[in-house]
Amino acid sequence: MTEAAKIGHVGQEWRHIVRLEKVDMTFGKVQALSEVDFEVGRNEIVGLVGDNGAGKSTLIKIVSGVLRPTAGSVWVRDHVVDLDEYSVRMAHELRIETVYQGQTLGEKQPLWRNLFVGRQIVGRFGFIDVKKEKEIAGRLLRQAIGLRGEGITADSTVRDLSGGERQGIAIARAMYFDADLIVLDEPTAALAVSEVRKVLTFVEGVKAAGRACIYIEHNLAHVHEVADRLVILDRGKVAGEFAKGEISLNELTEQLIKLHEGHTRG
Amino acid sequence: MADGESARIRFLRIEGLPILAVLLALVVAFMIAAPEVFLAYRIYMSFLATVPPLLVMAVGLTLVIASGEIDLSFPSVIALSGWALAYCTHQLGSPLLGLVFALGAGALVGYVNGILVARVGIPSIIATLATQFLWGGLTTVFSQGLSYSLGEADQLFLWHLLVGRIGPFPVQSLWALAVAVVLWFVLNRRRFGEHLLFIGDNVKVAEVVGVNVAREKIRMFALMGVMSAFAAVLLTFENRNFFNTQGSGYLLEVMAAVFIGGTSVFGGRASVVGTVAGSFIIVRVEAGLVATGLQGFWVRAVVGIVFLAAVVGHLIIEEPERGRVLIRTVSGRFAFHRKTPPR
Repeated sequence: MTEAAKIGHVGQEWRHIVRLEKVDMTFGKVQALSEVDFEVGRNEIVGLVGDNGAGKSTLIKIVSGVLRPTAGSVWVRDHVVDLDEYSVRMAHELRIETVYQGQTLGEKQPLWRNLFVGRQIVGRFGFIDVKKEKEIAGRLLRQAIGLRGEGITADSTVRDLSGGERQGIAIARAMYFDADLIVLDEPTAALAVSEVRKVLTFVEGVKAAGRACIYIEHNLAHVHEVADRLVILDRGKVAGEFAKGEISLNELTEQLIKLHEGHTRG
Repeated sequence: MADGESARIRFLRIEGLPILAVLLALVVAFMIAAPEVFLAYRIYMSFLATVPPLLVMAVGLTLVIASGEIDLSFPSVIALSGWALAYCTHQLGSPLLGLVFALGAGALVGYVNGILVARVGIPSIIATLATQFLWGGLTTVFSQGLSYSLGEADQLFLWHLLVGRIGPFPVQSLWALAVAVVLWFVLNRRRFGEHLLFIGDNVKVAEVVGVNVAREKIRMFALMGVMSAFAAVLLTFENRNFFNTQGSGYLLEVMAAVFIGGTSVFGGRASVVGTVAGSFIIVRVEAGLVATGLQGFWVRAVVGIVFLAAVVGHLIIEEPERGRVLIRTVSGRFAFHRKTPPR
C-alpha cells in the first residue's frame, strides 16, 4: 500500500488535516522558517498573515509538497508523512489542493476543460465525455460559483470571466475534486473591490462545504473577516496566534506594524 | 448590444464556419472569373489528388502549433520518407517494406525533434531548423542526388489502395479525410489533445494541473513526423517519382494553410476544420491565379500576402487586446504625420 493510500484510508478519526512540527527551512544561509509549529483542523479556515519574506509562501509550499523542509515533520490526517516521498502529486492524492495566484486556468480554454483537465471524465475507449463534463461544469457554475445568466456558460472561455470569477472556478475545481484542504495564495491580489467580495464569498463557501482552508492574504480586513484562526508569521517564526474574536482588526493591524517597525530598527 | 455580442461569439464558436464561408466565396469568385475551368468537375478532381499531402501535413502541424511549438523539419521528411519508399519499391521490389521504413523514418525524425525540444530544451524553431538541414542533407547523400521514376507503381496493390482512382475520384482524398477526422478527435476529444491545448495556452498551468509536458511534446512531435511521412508516401506515389527536393515547396503552403484556418499563432487554440479549409484555400488560390492568367511568378507573393492577412485578421478577432494595439500603432503613425506640422 502506498503512503498516500494508507493516510487516505484513515478516514474518520483524524483531528488535523495538516500539522507541521518544528519545521525548519533553510535556503543556503537564509533561514526561511525556524521551528515552526502549525496546524489546520477539520473544517477550519486559518488565515496566514505577515510581512513580505515572513515565510508564508515557504510554509504553504511545504504543505502542498513543492518544498521539502530541512528539518521537522509533516503530518497529514494525524499521520506522519515520509518527506522523501511527499510531493505535489501525493498532496493531491491526499486531497490537498493549492490555488496559486494567476496560474491555475488556461485562459483560452472553455470552462468545462479547465474544470476537468488532468482529471478528465473518459469513456471506455479513452474519449473525453464532453457532454458529461459540460453538464457537471454547468451545474458547478450555477450552484457552487453562483454564475447565473450574464451569458456565462460551460462553453465560455476563461478570458470572458472577471478576476474574482476566475478564483471562483479554481476554488470550485478544488472542492469538486473533494479537497479536504484548500490552500489559497493571495486570491484577492490585483482584484477590484467588487471582485474581492466574490472571493470572500467563495472562501465562506469552502467553510460551509466542510473543508479546511489556509488563506494567505495581505489585506488584513479580508482575512480577519473570514478566518477562524489567525497565525502571524514573522521572520520565519510564529509570532502570534489568535482565534476568531480574540483580536480586533485594529489590534491585529497594530501588532503587524509593531513587528514591521522591529525589522526596520533591528 | 449584449445579444449581438453573444450571437457573434456563438457564430465564431461553430468550428471553422467563417473560414468555410471564405472558401465558398473563393470558389464562387473563381467560377465567375474563369467559368470554363471552374465549372467543370475536372479541376476539382485534380484538387482532390493534389491537396491530400499538403492537408495531411497541415493537420499534423495544427497540433504542433496548438501546443505553442513549431516544426520546420517536415519538408525534409517529405524527402527522406519519399526516398525510403522509392528505394524499397524501386531497388528492393518491396513497397510494403518501403511504407514501413517511410513511416518509421518519419517517427524517428519527430521523436528526435521531441527529445531536442522537450528534454534538451532547445526552442523548437531552432531545433527543427537544424534537423531540417540534417535529414534533408542525409537524403541527398542516401539518394546520391538521384531521382527515381516509379512509372510502374500503378501495377501495385498498395498504390491503388493509397492513391488509386474510383472512376475519376482520387482515393488519397479519402485517406486525407480520415487523417483529418482522426486528428480532430485526437485534438478535441482525447486527453493528449487537451494537454497540448493547455501546454500551448500556458505551460505553467499545464504543469500545475498535472500534465507531463515533456512526454506530451515528444509524442506530439513524433505524431507530426508520422503525418509528414504519410504525406510523403501519398505524394511520391501520386507523382510516381521521387526527387530529393520534393519537400521544398511545402513549408510556406503548409504553414499558410494552418494559419488561414484560424489556429492561433500563440498556441492554445486550434481548428482542424479550419486547417482543412485552409489547405483547399491555398491550393485553390494558387491554381486560380494561374487559371485567371496572372503570371506564375506572382503566385508565391500572393500566397504570402494571403497568409499574412489571415494571421492579422485572426489576431484582431481572437486577441482583441493585441488587435487594438496594432490598430492604435498604425493609426498613431498616420496621426503623427497629419498632426505635427500645424504646431
